[in-house]
Amino acid sequence: MTIPIVWYLVLAAVLFCIGTFGALTRRSGIAIFLSIELMLNAANLTLVAYSRIHGDSAGQMFVFFALAVAAAEAAVGLGLFISIFRLRHTIDVNRLNQLRW
Amino acid sequence: MSALDYLWLVPALPFLGAAVNGLLVRNRHKSLATAIGVGAPGLSLLVALACLAEFLARPGHAPFEQLLYPWTAGALSIDVAFLLDPLSAVMLFVVTFVGFVIHVYSVGYMAHEEGYRRFFAYMNLFMGAMLLLVLGSNFLVMFVGWEGVGLCSYLLIGFYFDQDFPPQAGRKAFIVNRIGDFAFLLGVFAIFAQFGTLSFKGVNTAILEDIGAAQAPFVLGLSVASFIALCLFVGAMGKSAQIPLYVWLPDAMAGPTPVSALIHAATMVTAGVYMVARTNLIYQLAPSVSMFVAVIGAATAIFAATIGIAQNDIKKVLAYSTVSQLGYMFLAAGVGAYVLAIFHLATHAFFKALLFLGSGSVIHAMGGEQDMRKMGSLRKHLPWTYRTFLIGTLAISGVPFLAGFFSKDAILGAAFEKSPVLWIIGIATAALTACYMLRLLCLTFLGKFRGTHEQQHHLHESPAVIVVPLVILATGAVFAGYAGKIPFTHFDWLGGFLASVIVVLPGHEGHVAHHEIGLEVMLVGASVLAAVAGLLLAWRLWGGYRGTSSDEALARRLPRAYRLVENKYFVDEIYDRFVVRPLRGFARFCWKVIDSVIIDGGLHVLAFLTELAGDLGRFTTTGNVRQYALYFFTGVLVLFWWMIF
Repeated sequence: MTIPIVWYLVLAAVLFCIGTFGALTRRSGIAIFLSIELMLNAANLTLVAYSRIHGDSAGQMFVFFALAVAAAEAAVGLGLFISIFRLRHTIDVNRLNQLRW
Repeated sequence: MSALDYLWLVPALPFLGAAVNGLLVRNRHKSLATAIGVGAPGLSLLVALACLAEFLARPGHAPFEQLLYPWTAGALSIDVAFLLDPLSAVMLFVVTFVGFVIHVYSVGYMAHEEGYRRFFAYMNLFMGAMLLLVLGSNFLVMFVGWEGVGLCSYLLIGFYFDQDFPPQAGRKAFIVNRIGDFAFLLGVFAIFAQFGTLSFKGVNTAILEDIGAAQAPFVLGLSVASFIALCLFVGAMGKSAQIPLYVWLPDAMAGPTPVSALIHAATMVTAGVYMVARTNLIYQLAPSVSMFVAVIGAATAIFAATIGIAQNDIKKVLAYSTVSQLGYMFLAAGVGAYVLAIFHLATHAFFKALLFLGSGSVIHAMGGEQDMRKMGSLRKHLPWTYRTFLIGTLAISGVPFLAGFFSKDAILGAAFEKSPVLWIIGIATAALTACYMLRLLCLTFLGKFRGTHEQQHHLHESPAVIVVPLVILATGAVFAGYAGKIPFTHFDWLGGFLASVIVVLPGHEGHVAHHEIGLEVMLVGASVLAAVAGLLLAWRLWGGYRGTSSDEALARRLPRAYRLVENKYFVDEIYDRFVVRPLRGFARFCWKVIDSVIIDGGLHVLAFLTELAGDLGRFTTTGNVRQYALYFFTGVLVLFWWMIF
């Protein structure tokens, strides 16, 4: 008795929506970052689920790569936030609005 | 080794002189500038004389052609080549000889002027271009020279570029000449289209091979020959200052006096006459255009002569006199007497250059004054200038045994043969010419001095470098006439010399213009009488100590006529009203409406719209990252919606 694919997909969709909501509403840069990670992992979850259903390990390989890239991206992103914080003493994105006319 | 092989040096030397003087010599090296400026035309004269001597020795004066560079471009094959035949030989002599004499004179006249070196560079450039014009063996080389002299004329009229009027006069000359040049170029195109060649010899051969084709209808109801002749003549009108394109020549007097003598009396302005004589075959095939040429010539002659009566600027009188004498030359060319046109051209070159240089000597002595009302009695102070000027005056008036008499009398005879009306106009012009020239002489050299005390104190005869050229030209003004047709005799050296150039149409052979003795006595008598009458009238009005009182009396007695003539028939004003101002209005319309409103306006509207779009668009770039994320997310949703449904 396996768990039907729909459950995985619903869970992934819920995670994705939570991530989107968080990315749009949180003001802290770190929190937005976490929300984005959440969306990324929702996508990973669908990949793993389909991989299992189809018995094809390519999906899981994709997820490994995605995780590796996400780790690298997280390192760069956190580094950026640290240097922004040093410069501006805040990472509130509402106050990081210099890139405009 | 024959001298003719060095014919190319004749125009090349002045060009070289112009280049060296213009580009290499410094202003402070005045004697070097003099040596080059006078040396180049001098050497050119020597080479020309050697060439002419050898040419005269050639059996039958066979034309000599020197090919310098065969310039070929596709179907168009035109050589850079020089042609020495009797016609260009006469022109060559006149241009190099008179040109050299005037260059020598300029050394004295321009001695204390700014831009001495520049003056000689321009003058040499002019000599080179003029010789190119005269020696060219086809229409294209001629045209290059034709434009070159126009350029030099512009440069030299505007020589005093720091004043207001001379540059304006230069521009006027250039623009009016352009109108003529345009027609000239059209004529040249038509020649090439019809005959497939531009060389003088080739065109003549092509026409003689098939005369019918040249007389076939072409455009505007004109035959081929008529169309070409008309176009070329309009070109000549511009360059040789004929009605209606004469207006630039009187203004051209703004240039230094040697320029007036060389370019605007002796050489450049006669280029049109030379060109008509050169293309005489075409004109012979276009009798109606020839008649038109004669009528324009006669009209210009009398029109300019009447203006000359009421001018007070010494150079203006001479300028109108030049226009009038050029009219004579075209009258001669129009009635088919091409030899006489060239004859008058040559004699006129001598006496008119003499008169201009004489007036230069006067102006020099008067410290730049050109108004004859402020002159008088200069005979005592400038004896040599007076003597030579007297010779020039008598020569142009047509007093027997001087140069002008022979050429003018012969032209009048030829005009009589064609049309007594033209002859009467010619006689009247001759009388007027004598009249205004003696008026000029009286006001300038006789009577009481009317200038300021300071000017009187300053009066002096010019140095030898000015007087000697005057004497040389005066000698020419006395003797040049004996080269041509002498009345009552069969002597006509020039006629015989030029005979080979004037093409005789088949069926017209054997026509020799010899009047019966009775008719000839009448014709010669009439022209002498006209000259004497003109001189006597002028002597009565302006002779002795009368000064300008007669001018004032004339102005009182005939106020309207005098005002009309004094103001040159208001032709400049008419042109200003009907040509210049409409053109200026049109230019203003182009500027203010087409350019400023339509073109600039369109661009401004476009720029405004772009800016507006940018202004609206930049409300979306707030700099807020979360807002961007929202756009992004919305975009993704829209994409999904679009892909699924």
